[in-house]
Amino acid sequence: MLRYTVRRLLQLVFVVLALSLLLFAWLRSLPGGPVSALLGERITPESRARLTAELGLDQPIFVQYFKFLGRAASGDFGVSTGVQPGDSAAAIFVQRFPATLELSVLAIVIAIAVGIPLGYLAARRRGGLLDNLSVVGSLIGVAVPVFFLAFVLKQVFAVELGWFPTTGRQEGGLDATRVTGFFVLDGLITREFDAAWDAVKHLILPAIALSSIPFSVIVRITRASVLDVLDEDFVRTAESKGLTTQVITRRHVLRNSMLPVVTTIGLQTGALLAGAVLTEKVFAFPGIGQALAIGFERRDYPVLLLLILSAAGVFVLVNLAVDLSYAVIDPRIRTGSGGGR
Amino acid sequence: MTARTDKIDELAQRAAESDAGVSLAAAAWRRLRRNPVFLVGAGIVVLFVVLAILSPLLAAHDPADPMLGDQVVRARNEIPPPQPGHPLGGDQVGRDLLSRLLVGAQQTLLVGVLATLIGLAGGLVLGTLAGALSGWVDTVVMRAVDVMLSIPGLLLAVSIGALFAQPNQYTVILAVAIVQIPVFARLLRGSMLAQRHSDHVLAARALGVRQRAIVFRHMLPNSLGPVIVQATLVLAIAIIEAAGLSFLGLGNPDDRLPEWGQMLGQAQNVIDSHPQLAFWPAGCIIVVALGFTLVGESLREALDPKSRR
Repeated sequence: MLRYTVRRLLQLVFVVLALSLLLFAWLRSLPGGPVSALLGERITPESRARLTAELGLDQPIFVQYFKFLGRAASGDFGVSTGVQPGDSAAAIFVQRFPATLELSVLAIVIAIAVGIPLGYLAARRRGGLLDNLSVVGSLIGVAVPVFFLAFVLKQVFAVELGWFPTTGRQEGGLDATRVTGFFVLDGLITREFDAAWDAVKHLILPAIALSSIPFSVIVRITRASVLDVLDEDFVRTAESKGLTTQVITRRHVLRNSMLPVVTTIGLQTGALLAGAVLTEKVFAFPGIGQALAIGFERRDYPVLLLLILSAAGVFVLVNLAVDLSYAVIDPRIRTGSGGGR
Repeated sequence: MTARTDKIDELAQRAAESDAGVSLAAAAWRRLRRNPVFLVGAGIVVLFVVLAILSPLLAAHDPADPMLGDQVVRARNEIPPPQPGHPLGGDQVGRDLLSRLLVGAQQTLLVGVLATLIGLAGGLVLGTLAGALSGWVDTVVMRAVDVMLSIPGLLLAVSIGALFAQPNQYTVILAVAIVQIPVFARLLRGSMLAQRHSDHVLAARALGVRQRAIVFRHMLPNSLGPVIVQATLVLAIAIIEAAGLSFLGLGNPDDRLPEWGQMLGQAQNVIDSHPQLAFWPAGCIIVVALGFTLVGESLREALDPKSRR
C-alpha cells in the first residue's frame, strides 16, 4: 500500500512537470500576450520593448522555462498581469482557493446527499414513478449547459424572488473578521453568525448550479450499481435468511454497490473546477474559476499557469484518494504489490 | 383455449424472440426497436438533422440581415416582439430569430459532428497504436493521454481555444475535438488489450494470420461497440462545450452564420431584460443534447451482453 502510494505520487510529480512544460510553451505562444493586455491602447514600440524585457519575455523559451521552474520551487509563480495586476499569482491562488473549495464542497455534498438516496430509491422501485423521474431528470441534468442553469437560478431566485444575493461571496457592509479565508468557517469561529449565514446564502445558488452534473451522474451510477447488486445471489440469500430490509440495505446492498459510485464521485469532484469557471463567472464569485475566466480574457500567463497546474494536481490527487479508498470499501482489492498474485 | 396450448404458444413465441444464433448487432437492434428511450432520442435526433439539412429552405429570412433593426431601440432596451412574418420576433440587432435558430441547427450539428469525428479519428489512431503495438509505444502514448486527462475537459478546451489569435468556427471545433482524443484512445486501447489473449485472436494467430490483419480485421471491429456509444455521447458533450467556449468569449465571433452556443453567449448581455433570446437557443441545445444522450445510453444498454434477458 505504501509503496503503491509513493509510486503514484512520483507519477503525479511527472504529470505536473510534463504539464508545466506543455502549459508554459502553450501559454507563451498565446496571441496578444500580456504586454498588449497591460498596455492596451497606449501601446508604442518603445513601451512594448521595455515591458517585454522587464517581464523577461525576450529570452529564449527554455531559458524562461527553467527560470520559471527555479522560482516556482520557492513558491514564486510570477506577478499577475491581468486578473489582479500587481498581486503575485501565488497570493491570488491563496486568496481565491478557499472560495472555490467552499463552493465545490457544498456542490459535491448536495450532489451526494440527494443523488445517492435518490439513485437507491429509484433502483428499489424500478419502473415506478420515482425511478422514471430520476432517470429522465439525470439525463436532462447533463444536457443543460451549466452556465445557462446558473443564469436561470440567478434570474429566478435572486433577481425575481430576491431570496438570495445575486453576486459575490459576502456583503461588504458586514465587515466580517477574517481568520482562515473560508468565510463560512470564519463566521463560525468568530461567532459572527450573521456573517457565516450571509456567506452560506452567497454559496447556495452557485453550488446548486455546479452540482447539476455530478448530481445527475451520481444518481445514474448509483441506480445502475444498486440494480446490479440487487440481482446478486447473496442478496437473495440474505432475504431468505429473514434479515430485515434495513440490515440487507446497509450491509449487503449499499456496501457492495458503492465502489463504482465512489469512483464517480472522485472523477466528478476533480472535474468540478471546469464547471466552476462557468458558474463563478455568472455569479461574479471571486474564486479560482472566475480568475481563470478573467485570466483567459486578459492573457494573464502567471495566474493561468499556476491555476491550471493546481487544478490538474488536485484532479490527480483526488483520483489517487479514490483508488486508495477501494481497498477500504472492498477488502478483496489489494492495492499494487504484495497480495497473492 | 386451454391453459396448456397457451403455454406452448408462449414458449414458441419466446423461442422466436430469443437471441440464439443472432449477431450482437442484430440482437442489439431488436432490443433497440422496442426501447422507448431509444425511440424518443432517435426521434429528436432525426427531427433536428432534417431541420438542419432543410434549413436553407425553411428559413424565411437571411439570418444575417438586421431587417427589424429599426425596431431596436437600445436606449430603451427594446427588441422586436413576435409579429406577422417573424413568429419569434427579432434578436438584439433586429435579425429574424426563427431563421437564426434554423440556420443555427445546421451550424451547431456541424460543430458537434466535426468535433466528434476529429476526436474519434485521433483516438482511433492513438488507441490502435497503443493497443496493437504495446511496449514503449503503448507507454509513451498512454502517458501523454494521462497528462491530457489530468486536466478537466472544459478547462483543456478553453486552454486550446485561447491558443488561437482569432477564434473562428474551426478553432472551436478543434478545441472541443482535441479534448476527446484521449478519451477515445483510452477506450479503444482498453478494449483491444482485453482481446489480445481472447480465443479468436489466438486462433487467428495460430492460423498464421499476419499481425496487421489481426489488428484491423479481428481486434478493431470487435472494439468498435463502446467507441460508437462514446461517440454518440460526445456529440452531446461537444455541443454543450462549444456553448461554454462561446460564453467565455472564445467562440466564433462571426455571427453571420449563427450557432446556438454563440447565440446563447451573445444573449447573456441582454438576458435580464429579454430572457427569450437566451431561452430559445438554450432550449434547442438542451433538447438536441438530450436526444444524443438518450440514443447513446440506450445503445450502451443494447450492446451490453449483461443486459440481455
